[in-house]
Amino acid sequence: MNVYALFAQLLELVIALLLAPLLTGWVNQCRAWLQNRSAPPLLQTYYTLSKLFHKDVLIAHNASSLFRAAPYIIFACMALASAIVPTLSTELIFAPAADAIALVGLFALARVFIALAGMDVGTSFGSMGSRREMLVGFLAEPALLMVFFTASLISQSTSLSTIVDTLAHSEFAIYPSLAFAGVAFTMVSLAENARVPIDNPTTHLELTMIHEAMILEYSGRHLALIEWASSLKLFAYSCLGLALFFPFGIPATAEPAALSFALVILVVKLAMGGAALALIETLNAKLRIFRAPEFLGTAFLLAVLAMLVHLLLEAGP
Amino acid sequence: MSTALLHTVPLSGQVINLCAALMLLLGFAMLAQRRVLSLINLFMLQGVVLFASTLIVALTTKQSHLLYSAGLTLVLKVFALPYILHRLIRKLSVKWDVETLLNIPTTMLVGIGLVVIAFNVAQPISQLSGTITRATIGIALACVLLSFLMMITRSKAVPQVIAFLAMENALFFAATSATYGMPMVVELGIALDVMVGMVILGVFFFHIRQQFDSLDIRHMERSKDA
Repeated sequence: MNVYALFAQLLELVIALLLAPLLTGWVNQCRAWLQNRSAPPLLQTYYTLSKLFHKDVLIAHNASSLFRAAPYIIFACMALASAIVPTLSTELIFAPAADAIALVGLFALARVFIALAGMDVGTSFGSMGSRREMLVGFLAEPALLMVFFTASLISQSTSLSTIVDTLAHSEFAIYPSLAFAGVAFTMVSLAENARVPIDNPTTHLELTMIHEAMILEYSGRHLALIEWASSLKLFAYSCLGLALFFPFGIPATAEPAALSFALVILVVKLAMGGAALALIETLNAKLRIFRAPEFLGTAFLLAVLAMLVHLLLEAGP
Repeated sequence: MSTALLHTVPLSGQVINLCAALMLLLGFAMLAQRRVLSLINLFMLQGVVLFASTLIVALTTKQSHLLYSAGLTLVLKVFALPYILHRLIRKLSVKWDVETLLNIPTTMLVGIGLVVIAFNVAQPISQLSGTITRATIGIALACVLLSFLMMITRSKAVPQVIAFLAMENALFFAATSATYGMPMVVELGIALDVMVGMVILGVFFFHIRQQFDSLDIRHMERSKDA
């Protein structure tokens, strides 16, 4: 076992926990600028989190223990997910333990618990949100898996570290399949992170809510954990997208010098990615919920096409 | 293993492969598109991609006649045809949503099936061909089939014409990738045919609308005196 790898792993986890709210704040700020509103401060997400952590928790009378446990489970899932994604280095302690399919499983686990928690208290909005979340989830998951399979076909492995290693350090080549997969991945991550074409993260209208409807009953530190978890989810998805489709600058070693350089590149890439996300959100209108299957069906189609194109154009006869 | 194989393809070949993938993507985008205006813009984009790929093939293989056909593509398919289509739309004052006979997700699934068929059919053909772009024959064939599907699933006249033009694009792409393009005479002939066809179809649009007050070609099936 390598001490550097352990250090890189821990650093990556800490960076994820610290940077995730910042990324959310940055996206919100960009969005406000683009929409001609006065922007909230960059650190607004941290203020909200600390405010929520200092508040008392109010729990409905008929809430079960699952309702209380869910925020911790969701937070743990998302923290682990952002630790698996190779952001700073591909030499990580957790890398052999969990591959891309396990990562999809982690996201699914978190989704099941948040949906169950939404239904637990028995309010109509909560269960409506849960059902919609499951609808979006069951359509988004196969598309995400297909994206991973395409990347796996290119690098002959489902381990995320190997995939990123192959993509970042092999000789330069244009992969048309990755272009398709990239578009599919963007669509899936918009849907999975409750972003605009599917869901509006800042909505106050209960009838159009998906993610917000499930967590209506939460308050205090539970709500803080869930908010932090959804920031982490956005962070994990962004890093995953950057690692798969823009893998330049992710070192194969875990030397401190390489790590600090990788960190700078990561922050720059995330800043640009966040601005791009804000742009997408500003340019698109929210889809009707019945259009969501079409949107995600297109993502799935693109991911399948990515695989077909890879087999035809890149695998050779 | 596949990465090692990929590197045997030169950079220009990779860019052409990328163009082929974009053609396929645009084909699907057109299949899924509900708005006529966006359909025309997608058609224009397809023309741009076609121009780029023809230009790259021309430059890498030093085939001067391909340069002319690239220029022809640029003038005809990127500027002239979209302009005519835009003007037609304005004159007919139709910006309606395209009506599809099948719903869009089903069409897309059928489209995937077509792509798989096209890839399988093209596999032996592309092994016979000796060009640097032979891997793209399957994609070109898939684009042709997708345009066919679009013609079948649309009930209005304008999208059908756009599908027809997209099919011509795909055929042109197939010709470039399989044999470095047809003889110049043939290509000029086809280009003129498409141009004339477009003008005639434009006239037809007006007649269809005068006759039936709509551009839905299903009305024509019911007309007895045709």
